[in-house]
Amino acid sequence: MTRRLTYLTLVAVAFFSALPLYYSVVVASRDNAALAEVPPPLIPGGNFLANVARVFDTVPFALALVNSLIVAGSIALAVMFFSTLAGFAFAKLPFRGRNALLLLTVATMMVPTQLGIIPLYLLMVKLEWTGTLYALIVPALVNAFGVFFMTQFLSRALPTELLEAGRVDGCTTWGLFWHVVLPVARPAAAVLGMLTFMAAWNDYFWPLVVLTPENPTVQVALSTLAAGYVSDYALSLAGTALGTLPLVAVFALLGKQIIGGIMQGAIKG
Amino acid sequence: MAIRAPDRPAAVRQRRHRMRRHLVHTLDVKASPYAYVAPFFLLFSAFGLFPLVYTAFVSLHEWTLLSDEHRFVGAGNYATLLSDEYFWNATVNTLSIGVLSTVPQLLLAIWLAHLLNRPLRARTFFRVTLLLPNVTSVVAVVVIFSQLFGRDYGLINWVLGLLGMEPIAWNEGVASSHVAISIMIMWRWTGYNALIFLAAMQAVPRELYEAATLDGASSLTQLRRITIPMIRPTIVFVVVTSTIGAMQVLAEPLLFGTYSVTGGPDRQYQTLSLFIYEHFTRLDFGYASAVSWMMFVFIVVAVGVNYLLTRRAKGSLT
Repeated sequence: MTRRLTYLTLVAVAFFSALPLYYSVVVASRDNAALAEVPPPLIPGGNFLANVARVFDTVPFALALVNSLIVAGSIALAVMFFSTLAGFAFAKLPFRGRNALLLLTVATMMVPTQLGIIPLYLLMVKLEWTGTLYALIVPALVNAFGVFFMTQFLSRALPTELLEAGRVDGCTTWGLFWHVVLPVARPAAAVLGMLTFMAAWNDYFWPLVVLTPENPTVQVALSTLAAGYVSDYALSLAGTALGTLPLVAVFALLGKQIIGGIMQGAIKG
Repeated sequence: MAIRAPDRPAAVRQRRHRMRRHLVHTLDVKASPYAYVAPFFLLFSAFGLFPLVYTAFVSLHEWTLLSDEHRFVGAGNYATLLSDEYFWNATVNTLSIGVLSTVPQLLLAIWLAHLLNRPLRARTFFRVTLLLPNVTSVVAVVVIFSQLFGRDYGLINWVLGLLGMEPIAWNEGVASSHVAISIMIMWRWTGYNALIFLAAMQAVPRELYEAATLDGASSLTQLRRITIPMIRPTIVFVVVTSTIGAMQVLAEPLLFGTYSVTGGPDRQYQTLSLFIYEHFTRLDFGYASAVSWMMFVFIVVAVGVNYLLTRRAKGSLT
């Protein structure tokens, strides 16, 4: 009885998690006349490509896709690299102040940096980075979550004997990192890369502040679509489907690994 | 002497060489760790901490992008702020949406984690679907829900109509818009937090549950008496991060219904972050910075209160 109730609840939750996504596809594939009917359409129609064509006519969506790929891709690579490097030091290298610095790193996760957005903008004006992708990429090259995540993983998965053997063979610290740590870190770094890519792809407020509608990321372009005076849901949800559903689909396929990563990163939280 | 003389330079060279290698090695071992953790601290200082602190400086000035001169006004911005009814309106909205979205969300998340923390068929399927909303970008979430909450053609009002209820103009009223925005936030974050709780629950020793089952404790009793006390640090962590997140809600009120930096024509759902953004778009940086600092104080207070509440709840639960 309780077992059945458990499954029933979980199925209901799964249903409500997926329903808005499903319905966005329905809206994205209809025209606005069909959406105004009662009862509203509940299955996808044949208007998706026409709506997509309108998306590309209304905003520079191809540019937005390229920009988002560049930004999310370079941030993910950089975070993987710098986090593994710092994680290696925190997990396996003895140095004075190590525990204090690690604690400080974790504590910075609680700092509401969004409140500093105005001076950050002024800084970007000074650097002449407003409107460019540098403004998005450079501040995001490494973050506390990534460092903590890789520290957790490497302190568990990297055998100290392997490092000692490397030392005996005359490896420098950098050599150890390159030849011993990186191969071991690969699975966790891949998960971190995917999480980072998704977060960067979905980031909205800072890109909205520092970019222009002429050179947007996907999220900025989507909000421009949604900002029309008349709500054109077929249009804005076609853009949404195009800009977010591929990521959701990738997640659904690789979900097991990513979820494992999130839960591992959380354990000590 | 004469015999050893030719050997000496070679020996010295060798010793020097060894010393240098030793020195390089020591330097490598001592300095490398600092070099490896430095990128994070440099980046955080430059783009995280410095702007936050500099906000305080900007807030004491009349500061716009249009002029390079920034007149010092002392606490002037703060005085204006305290008598600005729009500021207090945004504060109340932020608190209201914060409570409405966070409290049910965390209770639901703990319960879902509890359900998932047992042998289940299709475990991965449930976990993946639970996290789907979190992978969806916040912009997409608001656009999708704006359609669902539409007054005339929205799916939710249509369902309410089937149940014999009148359609609700979700984004016009104060209460209804807060509920709608809270549902968007809950939809996006409940599953994520449930997984964080689940991770903590899986670290609780099985024997505790086995013993409790032998004693005839029900599932709910086990949740209250074993699970919650054992995962308390995680609960505190999630409460703190959710509080910080809830205080900074921005995209939902900005994009709900139609794009507006005022959060509806009557500021029904303008949050503090949105209030800051409104003044940012007017290039009134000094005032916006003053609001930021006030918000920082609010966040510290809210986090402190919630931290203490979560810690104290211990007594009543165990």
